[in-house]
Amino acid sequence: MQSLILTTTTRLLVALLLVFSVYALLRGHNLPGGGFIGGLIGATAFILYAIAASVEDAARALKVDPANIAMLGVGVAGLSGLSAGLANQPFFTGQWLFLFAEDGGKGIPISSVLFFDIGVYMAVFGGILTLVFALEREI
Amino acid sequence: MELLLAITIGIVVATSVYLMLDRNVLRFLFGLVLLSNAVNLVIFAAGRLTAGAPPLIADGAYAPDGQIANALPQALVLTAIVIGFGLLAFTLALVYRTYKSLGTVNSDEMRLAEPEDTHK
Amino acid sequence: MSWLLVYPIIIPMMTAVASYLFRRSPAGRWISLAGTGALLLASGLLMANVLQQGVIAAQMSNWDAPFGITLVADYLSAVMVVITAITGFATVVYSLAEIPRRLEQLGFHALLQVLLVGVCGAFLTGDLFNLYVWFEVMLIASFGLLVLGGSREQLDGGIKYVTLNLISTIMFLTGIGLLYGITGTLNMADLHLAVREVENTGLLTTIAVMFMVAFGVKAAMFPLFFWLPASYHTPPVAVSAIFAGLLTKVGVYALIRAFTLIFDQDIGFTHTILLWLSVITMVTGVLGAAAMNDFRRILSFHIISQIGYMILGLALYTPLGLMGAVFYLVHHIIVKANLFFVAGVAKRIAGSTELSRIGGLYAHAPLLAFLFLIPAFSLAGFPPLSGFWAKFIVVKAALDLDMWVVAGLGLAVGLLTIFSMTKIWGAAFWPDHPDGIKPRLSDIPVGHRLALMLPIATLAAMTCVIGIFPEPFVQFAETAAGQLLNPSAYLETVLGVQP
Repeated sequence: MQSLILTTTTRLLVALLLVFSVYALLRGHNLPGGGFIGGLIGATAFILYAIAASVEDAARALKVDPANIAMLGVGVAGLSGLSAGLANQPFFTGQWLFLFAEDGGKGIPISSVLFFDIGVYMAVFGGILTLVFALEREI
Repeated sequence: MELLLAITIGIVVATSVYLMLDRNVLRFLFGLVLLSNAVNLVIFAAGRLTAGAPPLIADGAYAPDGQIANALPQALVLTAIVIGFGLLAFTLALVYRTYKSLGTVNSDEMRLAEPEDTHK
Repeated sequence: MSWLLVYPIIIPMMTAVASYLFRRSPAGRWISLAGTGALLLASGLLMANVLQQGVIAAQMSNWDAPFGITLVADYLSAVMVVITAITGFATVVYSLAEIPRRLEQLGFHALLQVLLVGVCGAFLTGDLFNLYVWFEVMLIASFGLLVLGGSREQLDGGIKYVTLNLISTIMFLTGIGLLYGITGTLNMADLHLAVREVENTGLLTTIAVMFMVAFGVKAAMFPLFFWLPASYHTPPVAVSAIFAGLLTKVGVYALIRAFTLIFDQDIGFTHTILLWLSVITMVTGVLGAAAMNDFRRILSFHIISQIGYMILGLALYTPLGLMGAVFYLVHHIIVKANLFFVAGVAKRIAGSTELSRIGGLYAHAPLLAFLFLIPAFSLAGFPPLSGFWAKFIVVKAALDLDMWVVAGLGLAVGLLTIFSMTKIWGAAFWPDHPDGIKPRLSDIPVGHRLALMLPIATLAAMTCVIGIFPEPFVQFAETAAGQLLNPSAYLETVLGVQP
């Protein structure tokens, strides 16, 4: 099914959705949002593209097999949990690193929680896309 | 409110059981989808229905002020929805593949793995 | 110390990731093999620690129980993790020769590792909702493994397996929701204390029965077992073997855990139901097996009948009964996985698992015949194999309570087990092959022969060792049963308070 309106708006929407998904991912630590919802939004972008163009086009635009992204995401999430071991704390205890922190300020906070969220983002993103692509190809 | 929710859950469960009694696997699956949603409502109701604010803590504070909703059942329901979504999507794909390769969605006709005894 | 509890979950998880990313190259399978080797090591360390300290627990991300997620290992959990690692390792070795490249490229090894993650997680968790999550991890991996390759039989069996297991899942979730509603906690140790303060015991018993149904489906208890014989004989043998060994046992483990730690307030009601269901499970399972004419389908029905013995041990609810249940669990995983492995080799050299279409295995593959007899006799309960002691303890426990009918039926089922094993022997091993084929082990290339026969020989040796030197194992089971009946050490370790 080819629709001019859908194809044109999709071009705009895909970029917007992808940026928004990263925004949702990053604000997720203290505010509503996070890896899960970010991954869903990101996946929506590619699903929209798959509907507007075709599954093959969407898969080509993605370049990587979505199943690999999902599994890698699980790996990233697991490693972020393991990082607590370096500080000799129980599994999954959050580890924080404050880059360029002036005294009193937080600088740029980098945490294992963030990496866990990125892992979740990848797992959800990849998992949903694997599923949708498979179903689309099947039917 | 509890009563209303309980009645809703009852209706959803009854509908899903009706659907699941069908020999058509697809209708069975729809019943399963409904049932899993009914269970989510059960968990939600089990966490008590309160008219509280979202369980968010303001920046710098150590505890939320005012009455907040119970966050745990929400987390449980969210997890259950995600898992249920994955399982049901898999099942839908499986039903579709089965239909394509066996040519039927009637569970009575699915006898390939357990063929009827021919020599009686 | 707390990390010992994490390794059995994180190692297979990371192995799954790595072997999936390398699924298209032969490296994937070696990663999988190395991963299960590491799992074996980790489970050994866990066991050594548990033997020293009794019960160990770890609170994830430093959140104290009952608020955070707790991992606990008592004797029962530890031995289940060890046996999972052994079965997992044997299956990976076996799959090197049995699983074709095509299935490996679809991600067979990753799915297998995810299955191990789920099983280990279920054995180690101390939180009911977490148990649900691990069940689902296990379930989704098992769905994938069951229909991997997508032959028509697999899809047919898969539909029944998937739908019935989903119902059990939903039942489990409902039970969790209601239990949370009346107690306000989901930590199993905390629940043990919380259920004692519930006034509405009728509601509690209702929830207990919901759990019984949910775990009963997973454990393939009568009358909820129909998914098992419908599906277990359809996937590749390596998959059948690990399913037969581990999956139903997770259900039995959950039953034992729930009905000793949480639901012990109305034993007269719940455990009586369990008692009679377990007896009927034993009898129907073995009768079903006697009626089948396919190697793997006979074995599938035997799983059901053996599940009955384990639940019987739980239902008797005496130290001896639970001890028998624990002993039986361990014995049965080893023996049943082994029998499926043998069936796989028989299929490979004789061409089928249909009993009327194979034969000549005794004349041409005497080693295989010998290695079949060991687990077969062990399953039926011949001394001096592990099955004898397992049955002996359970039946003795029934006799101690003067349950003559139950004990008698237990023995009769053992007799019928022999009958169906002789049926396999009399059709597959003794007579000549109907097509005149000479099924020789030497027809399999050396590397494959080694990968197929090593797990079989090792597991057979294990059942012999347990059978000939039962003393340490019996003592172990006795301590495990003691911990189950008197969970004060468990509570103290998890909650950090004197109950």
